[in-house]
Amino acid sequence: MKAWIGLGLTLAVVVAALGAPWLAPHDPAHADFASGLQPPGSPGHPLGTDQLGRDLLARVLYGARLALFIGVCTVVVTAVVGGLLGLVAGFVERWPSTVLMRIADVQLSFPFILLALTINAIVGLGLRNIILSLSAAGWVVYARVVRGEVLSVKQRDYVHAAAALGVGRTRLLFRHVLPNVAPSIVVVASLQFSQFVVAEAAISFLGFGVQPPTPAWGSMLSEGRDFLYVAWWLAAFPGLALALTALGVNLLGDWLRDTLDPKLRV
Amino acid sequence: MRRYVLGRLGQTVLVVLLSLTAVFGMVRLTGDPVLLFMPMDIQAKDVNEFRQRLGFNDPLPVQYVRFLAGALHGDFGESLRYRRDALGLVLERLPATLLLAGTAMALTLSVAVPLGVLAAVRRDGLFDHVSTIATVIGQATPGFWLGLMLIYLFAVQLRWLPTGGMGGVAHLVMPTVVLAAFYAARVARLTRSAVLDALNEDYVLTARAKGLAETRVIGKHALRNSAIPIVTLAGLEAGQLLGGAVVTETIFAWPGLGRLTVQALLNRDFPVVMAAVSFTSIVYTLMNLAVDLAYGWLDPRVRVRSS
Repeated sequence: MKAWIGLGLTLAVVVAALGAPWLAPHDPAHADFASGLQPPGSPGHPLGTDQLGRDLLARVLYGARLALFIGVCTVVVTAVVGGLLGLVAGFVERWPSTVLMRIADVQLSFPFILLALTINAIVGLGLRNIILSLSAAGWVVYARVVRGEVLSVKQRDYVHAAAALGVGRTRLLFRHVLPNVAPSIVVVASLQFSQFVVAEAAISFLGFGVQPPTPAWGSMLSEGRDFLYVAWWLAAFPGLALALTALGVNLLGDWLRDTLDPKLRV
Repeated sequence: MRRYVLGRLGQTVLVVLLSLTAVFGMVRLTGDPVLLFMPMDIQAKDVNEFRQRLGFNDPLPVQYVRFLAGALHGDFGESLRYRRDALGLVLERLPATLLLAGTAMALTLSVAVPLGVLAAVRRDGLFDHVSTIATVIGQATPGFWLGLMLIYLFAVQLRWLPTGGMGGVAHLVMPTVVLAAFYAARVARLTRSAVLDALNEDYVLTARAKGLAETRVIGKHALRNSAIPIVTLAGLEAGQLLGGAVVTETIFAWPGLGRLTVQALLNRDFPVVMAAVSFTSIVYTLMNLAVDLAYGWLDPRVRVRSS
């Protein structure tokens, strides 16, 4: 049941993101001062309009595009970088393992959102830099989980057997260890995804990250905050979209974990 | 136990030193730090004077040693905006954040732990289902959106509570609820699964078999044995509350450390950023240490294994 709700919500967001150009009733950047701050249900504007008369439904749909793009990019970057570092650290042990774990300790001594926010303020605003900042703050979880898994997987008989047969280290690592660690990477990725999407929105909300007029849910919420007294819908709908996205992906992630790797705790 | 404590203390000192190094590295990462430290509208001719005054003309190792020595004495330099000691500003804001984080933590534990225990005891009952739905939704709801919606409902529409700022108890209600919501959901979920694990153990069977009342079985045997994961998460969450405060404090104009950090970042007041981030990281590290020590105290197996 939970899995189906998760799948349904996630699919809905994916459809909204991919289909935004066709589903949106208007251009999300098209301003029309004459019809500003129309409430939801107004003719031609199902979710109403913002202070510049831009269609809110169009902006929420395009926001899904941006949120998913940032989420997917960040998850891929962190999974590849963190996963590879974790693989090597777990397999080689000795100094790579020690160095990686100390780096992990240091990174984990900063709250995630504060670290991502600070990095973003330093490297600068914009789409590419927000992906960079979130990745820099988020890879360490994969590294830790994968290292731990590799440490246990490489003790298994089939790995020893392969090594005894003269299989090279690289092949051993990618052919025999990696496939057995992969489920954990998938589970961590699914659990991290919504964290990244929400963190991006929070950072954009605070005035960093993606800047207006790009329709990002976070910066839309930040604009909506200024109009809370007169136009509740400006803050309500982008946030609702964000919450439903996080809910869908979380439910899907829970299901993946229960199916693939019930013991994993992140 | 003593060896365990000393070992963990040593590690903590190392992590604190490395974290300070990381803060220094982050700010120097982008090449010319003067561009970060400067107000955006500064004249080009002032740049060099600025560079000289902040000591950026010295070699990097000299700057690093100076930063580290200063930081260890609590000297992060002067705020570029307020012309005051950066750490002083941070410490001034600390009580407000501690108050908020403290009430949020108290609310989290007093709601989430009983909720999780009840859900576990009445597994698959109506209460379990309702609380599962509530926790799943709680975890997915972004705090800053929840905050805005609460402001709209309770401050704009109903006028029951103030929109923000610090004052009486009424000012504390919404920020506490927003900060606690996400963590309460996590703690409740973990409590449920930890108690369920414990209820499957042999000692619970024994306790029941010898005719112990169910409240004692749960209170004394199941809950005590599920305390370790709960304490761990609660401790880690206490640290994350500091991070969560960054957003919550901004929404509710709460004059705490989180809001100071965001404002310093927006104003490019980097001495304050460095002081605030370093301070948060040190507090966070100390909290992790406290959790680990509590761990060793709750579960003797931990200290045996690690020594």
